[in-house]
Amino acid sequence: MRHLLIIAATLFAATASAETPRDFLTRFEKEAGAAASAQRGARFFTSKQGGEWSCSSCHTDKPTQAGRHAKTEKAITPLAPAANAERFTDAAKVDKWFRRNCNDTLNRVCSAQEKADVMAWLLSLR
Amino acid sequence: MKKLLPAALLLVALTAQADSYSLPKHAAFEEECSSCHMAYPPQMLHADSWRAMMGDLSHHFGSDASIDDKRRVAITNFLLANAGGRKTGDTRDAQGKPLLRITQTARFEKKHREIGPGTWKRPSIKSPANCTACHTRAAAGEYSDRWVQIPK
Repeated sequence: MRHLLIIAATLFAATASAETPRDFLTRFEKEAGAAASAQRGARFFTSKQGGEWSCSSCHTDKPTQAGRHAKTEKAITPLAPAANAERFTDAAKVDKWFRRNCNDTLNRVCSAQEKADVMAWLLSLR
Repeated sequence: MKKLLPAALLLVALTAQADSYSLPKHAAFEEECSSCHMAYPPQMLHADSWRAMMGDLSHHFGSDASIDDKRRVAITNFLLANAGGRKTGDTRDAQGKPLLRITQTARFEKKHREIGPGTWKRPSIKSPANCTACHTRAAAGEYSDRWVQIPK
């Protein structure tokens, strides 16, 4: 019975068109097998991790405000869910941008723990 | 003189028109290609340049701009169908390789020959790729001199 429930829940999640930001925190924590730390997320987000840019190079170190692309100057809407309801509501987009931006800032993919930490921090911002 | 005026006006109109681009609609192109910069008119490069660019989006001018394959193919086809024509001019380098930067094409260089290096570096402009900094109606495909305002 429990297995059936899990299967049903998974099916529901797969067919549901929109996720919420909390869903991503849950997902990344589960993948990491450990709880997230907002404090670690803040440090990770605002400091360089081996690449030329940090996350905050484009998203600013206060992502409730709008950012600007470090190279092209194009305006970037706020990343924190409290300031922008469109953020973290589409798994395909979330996966796409983590893939690209982690490559740009770390020259590698982000670990589930890193993504969980960043989510926890972004969700803590008001 | 009276006869000359309409002719002059027509000339001005034609010259202005040569610098405006019709912007063909394509939802995936608009979404994917304008998330980090403005979606440049497909007519600004020839098909071989677009093909080369879309073949290596993971290394897109120093950034990872990779997208899923289905969209990549759809956008590539759109760009190829709307790529440049005669007006676009030469978009290959000295070795005959297709250029990827619009700003390196012969037409771009000719049109911007009066802009000095100091102007490009202004914080309000920053990069020759930042069309909208000076071309106030670039987003609508309008690049004529009439709509140019070079910021301080």
